[in-house]
Amino acid sequence: MVANSIENMPEYVGETHRGDLVLPEAVATREELIRGNPSYHDITEIVCKMAETPFSQTHIGWRVGFAISASLAAMFFGLIAYLIWEGIGIWGNASPVFWAWDIVNFVFWVGIGHAGTLISAVLFLFRQKWRTSINRYAEAMTIFAVICALVFPGIHVGRIWVIYWVFPIPNSMNMWPNFRSPLLWDVFAVGTYFTVSLLFWYVGLIPDIATLRDRVKNRAAKIAYGAFALGWRGSMRHWLHYERAYLLLAALSTPLVLSVHSVVSFDFAVAQLPGWHTTIFPPYFVAGAIFSGFAMVQTLVLPARKWLGLKDIVTMKHIENMNKIILVTGSIVGYAYAMEFFIAWYSGNQYESFAFVNRAFGPYAWAYWIMVSCNVISPQLFWFKKLRTSIAVSFIIAFFVNIGMWFERFVITVTSLNRDFLPSSWHYFSPRIFEPLFLLGSFGLFFTLFLLFVRYLPVIAMAEVKSILPQANPHEGHHS
Amino acid sequence: MAQIFPKWSNKITKMVLLTSLLALCFITFVFWFWFSPWNLEVGYQPVQPVPYSHKIHAGMLGMDCRYCHTGVDKSAVAGVPPTQVCMNCHSTIKTDSLTMLGVIESWKSNQPIAWVRVNKIPDYAYFDHSAHISVGVGCVSCHGHIEEMAEVRLEKPLSMGWCLDCHRDPAPHLRPLDKITDMNFKTDLAWEKVAKAKAATLHPPVESCSGCHR
Repeated sequence: MVANSIENMPEYVGETHRGDLVLPEAVATREELIRGNPSYHDITEIVCKMAETPFSQTHIGWRVGFAISASLAAMFFGLIAYLIWEGIGIWGNASPVFWAWDIVNFVFWVGIGHAGTLISAVLFLFRQKWRTSINRYAEAMTIFAVICALVFPGIHVGRIWVIYWVFPIPNSMNMWPNFRSPLLWDVFAVGTYFTVSLLFWYVGLIPDIATLRDRVKNRAAKIAYGAFALGWRGSMRHWLHYERAYLLLAALSTPLVLSVHSVVSFDFAVAQLPGWHTTIFPPYFVAGAIFSGFAMVQTLVLPARKWLGLKDIVTMKHIENMNKIILVTGSIVGYAYAMEFFIAWYSGNQYESFAFVNRAFGPYAWAYWIMVSCNVISPQLFWFKKLRTSIAVSFIIAFFVNIGMWFERFVITVTSLNRDFLPSSWHYFSPRIFEPLFLLGSFGLFFTLFLLFVRYLPVIAMAEVKSILPQANPHEGHHS
Repeated sequence: MAQIFPKWSNKITKMVLLTSLLALCFITFVFWFWFSPWNLEVGYQPVQPVPYSHKIHAGMLGMDCRYCHTGVDKSAVAGVPPTQVCMNCHSTIKTDSLTMLGVIESWKSNQPIAWVRVNKIPDYAYFDHSAHISVGVGCVSCHGHIEEMAEVRLEKPLSMGWCLDCHRDPAPHLRPLDKITDMNFKTDLAWEKVAKAKAATLHPPVESCSGCHR
């Protein structure tokens, strides 16, 4: 690795040729992905800085953030212990609303994970080079979101000590899970999703962890990074295997982007309940998942690029690209909302019509209109280039989308249940104090894991970012 | 740069893989065998307040089960006999035997003997003795050779899987109604045919949860 200083590098004029092919002007003059023309060494320095800071010098902001999130996470575990001790009666769930915040939080967190998989797998297969600046981040977010998601179905069963019943394990009761139930498909879908995402993330981390292993001074840190680097030496053979494995995992993860949230949507769509029993659910849920996931990536990336000094690696181009995806998926979600209403009317089914009129104008109308304003109206502002290239606007809209997508799951789950076929059993669900605390606690767990990741692991895929620098192009400077 | 890991650390991968494999086998064994009712329940043999021997009464003397367990073919529970049933005979037989002390004590004080239940199904599982007896499931199928036990011992695991095994294929456990309490009933080809035909007419509870967990 040659540590060229920025001054010595030839000026980057864009890629004019690829092999013998002369690229069109639009491609050649495309904005560069990494600003400031850094050398390989500069990238390493920027990314490793945080992990190499001694603990005593850790930034006060990180410490305060970690203290708060870790306390919330501790509260979360305490609440879970209380829930197991006391039973799920501590929540406000009551007939006919047997599914409420527990499932809402589950779907919310699983959905958030999808952006990570989309960025890491789909954009990789489509050779979208801009992904390298944000993929590590987004994949970490996926893992942590799925961990938070898995907690909720786990604890909502009430008798957590028999949770192994969800797996088809031969037992002395001759009892098997119901293979016709989408809840069982969920176990497999989310389990596969977590495993593949974790492997994908870890395989991507290996070369960067090896870099850290070679750089850190502390012996304990050397051993820790060394163990996870799996003896990576960066030989040509290593890279050959690594690239193959990465490509295969990308191919494995790609169908998961579509399948996981489709299966989650089956939890609702397979049930014969007006408001749930809809064929539009799988694509609509997938679009919503990517929508919410990108909003969460924005929420995390925008502060981090400032605080971690990553502005040259995560540039306005990345933010704008993500905003465009938010606009596209947000429009799909808005279309799905409209189409649900259209079908409710067009089907002529009075139960279906009632469910949707009740959704928009019934007792939970407030939740419905929060959802519509956050998810349908706010992303439409991204049609304006000025707004989608503004950091402040991006952050605010991403925040609104996060809120809106939580409310979407609330609206789907609770409004469809609260007025069932028998008017005498209608019930207005309201949460007790514990539901918001559980949600807050899950955010605590999420941010605890995330802050640990930011502190101890390379937040940017260094090796991949280096590969898209102009000096990685073997023809660099030959044709220009 | 000095090496962080010694040379033997190359073997760690293989060791981890091997250990995981062994651990997996061990955990499977622990749950499948040690935690199963076949291991935990079978063989339960509590000390009874009175050293009553089924071996003497049902085995050597050949008394019918229903002499004492009167409810078995009529009700959900077989019933444990009251002291008065013992005294039908023992008011004149073996009245001075030491083993009879508990029974006589109970008889005089008018307090029942606190027998310890051995064959017990949880309250959340519905079970009816008479339904089984009246279609021809013999005592020995579920209780084992009681007539050979000096003290009653749990012979079968009474697990849900064990119930279902028979409910899915009851024919081998059926017998003529007059052979219900015959502990040594031997089936033959002719009876197997009859039993098979009879099994087809039976309606054991459906295999959904609420069949037995009502």
